[in-house]
Amino acid sequence: MSHLNLRSKRTWLALILIAIIATTLISAFAWTAGWIGKRQTTESLVMEAVQPFPAGFRRAHGKGICYVGNFRPNKDIMSLSTARVFSQPNIPIVGRFSIGTGDPHAVDSSTKTISMALLLTTDDKQQWRMAMNNVPYFPTHNPEGFLAMRQATAPNPETGKPDPERVARFLQEYPEAEKFLKMTATAAPPDSFANSTFHSVNAFLLVSADGQKQPIRWMMRPHEAQLSLAETKQQHTTDNFLFDDLRHTLEEQPLMWDLVLQLAQPNDPINDPSQPWPQDRQQIIAGTLQVTSVVDQAKGACRDINFDPSIVPAGIEVSDDPILSARSGAYSHSFNRREREIGYGKATDAVGKQEVK
Amino acid sequence: MKTQENTPMTTNTHFNLTARCLHWLMAVMILAMLFIGVGMMTSLHYRLWLINLHRPLGIAILLLVIVRLINRLRNPPPSLPANLPQWQVLAAKGSHILLYVLMLALPLIGWAMLSAAGYPIVLFKGFNLPAIVPTSPILYAWLRDAHSLLAWLLFVVVIGHLSAALVHALIYRDGVFSSMAKGSKHHQ
Repeated sequence: MSHLNLRSKRTWLALILIAIIATTLISAFAWTAGWIGKRQTTESLVMEAVQPFPAGFRRAHGKGICYVGNFRPNKDIMSLSTARVFSQPNIPIVGRFSIGTGDPHAVDSSTKTISMALLLTTDDKQQWRMAMNNVPYFPTHNPEGFLAMRQATAPNPETGKPDPERVARFLQEYPEAEKFLKMTATAAPPDSFANSTFHSVNAFLLVSADGQKQPIRWMMRPHEAQLSLAETKQQHTTDNFLFDDLRHTLEEQPLMWDLVLQLAQPNDPINDPSQPWPQDRQQIIAGTLQVTSVVDQAKGACRDINFDPSIVPAGIEVSDDPILSARSGAYSHSFNRREREIGYGKATDAVGKQEVK
Repeated sequence: MKTQENTPMTTNTHFNLTARCLHWLMAVMILAMLFIGVGMMTSLHYRLWLINLHRPLGIAILLLVIVRLINRLRNPPPSLPANLPQWQVLAAKGSHILLYVLMLALPLIGWAMLSAAGYPIVLFKGFNLPAIVPTSPILYAWLRDAHSLLAWLLFVVVIGHLSAALVHALIYRDGVFSSMAKGSKHHQ
């Protein structure tokens, strides 16, 4: 009997039951997708600082430059990790230097945050992607705290400054952020990429051949000779002084950074990027990064790379640092948006085309 | 009520054991996969865990649907009740074809999409799948949009399929649901 007997109570009860099952599944799906409910999602981490946002640019750290070079590992690290990056003698790399401003056309003095991103591909096709900042640690222990900080420190439209009461309320909930806010307020603005140190911020694990896991953080530490490079340059008044300086320096010499691993002790927190480990923890140089030349980001290989720091090769594992997971989600949204604009031909100056007005 | 009695003895009344096992196994996998897929694009805390599940589960679905398609071509499914209205027969057949197309296309598009973006396609730690298309922002943009659009379509078709199956099970009680839920008495 394949027809509905609408006079039967049984039919109605069955239809109601089916509707409840379908609605429950649809609601659960909509909630998971962030369409209903007040759940905070990785989409809310992505902010577009200018409206309309220029097509094809990264949503954060949009102003940057691509670079190429190589990485030569220190083979002693092979006892700590089986990753091929520590045994292949010379690894070609692509990367990107950027400034931490939302507007891709911002002036270089608009932020104190500068970044180095990097993709190492070894001959076994494993990839290691890094996204490092000149800031050594993260403001909060979790992504909810980061969102709360962004709200609390947003300038009040009337005064143009953050509301001190809101900042105080935020610090009550996330006291760990105080040292970050103090540090960024007092830090000297960077005067060169060449003399800056870039930090992984998040913790990772090195996995050795016998399965031992060593938690680490790392930094890219500039070679001694580069520390004085910026001092000889002109006053930092031009809009692109950081990138101009980098370009000019690389015309004369390659730039080098040591990859310095900081090894955690058993009780050091590996799931809290707001807590730097003590300075006296053992540090080892795991290799040397050599940057040989830069290419405009509209044309360089780095343009279409998502420097998602959760992408690590076999022999290195991500820790359960919650910021790592949140960064991966936010970077993915930013990547999808800009690749969509580039792929559908909507991007202009992001891909080096003249803007049509 | 029992359509089995009306159908000729030469026609099977139930899906074979392989088809039934694959159906229910894949039902769980696909529903989980759809939730994992949208969850990993929104979750603040579980993305890495979910994404590490998404890739191997997708490849498992791709392999299983190939086995299932071969089984289906070699063992024709039971025919629908003779008195089912024509539009319902068309809806059933059409949605089944669509389900097969989506079960095949979604993992392949996902694989191609990761290839186009230049991501390593990690099946499990230390074992990556090869890229199946060259890296290209144009390909990535199209494939990425296709992957989520088709995933939403699959979710809609799955809900429709489930609701229709429950109408057969609870209202029509015409043997359509039990042809997938359990084996035929004659052949057990």
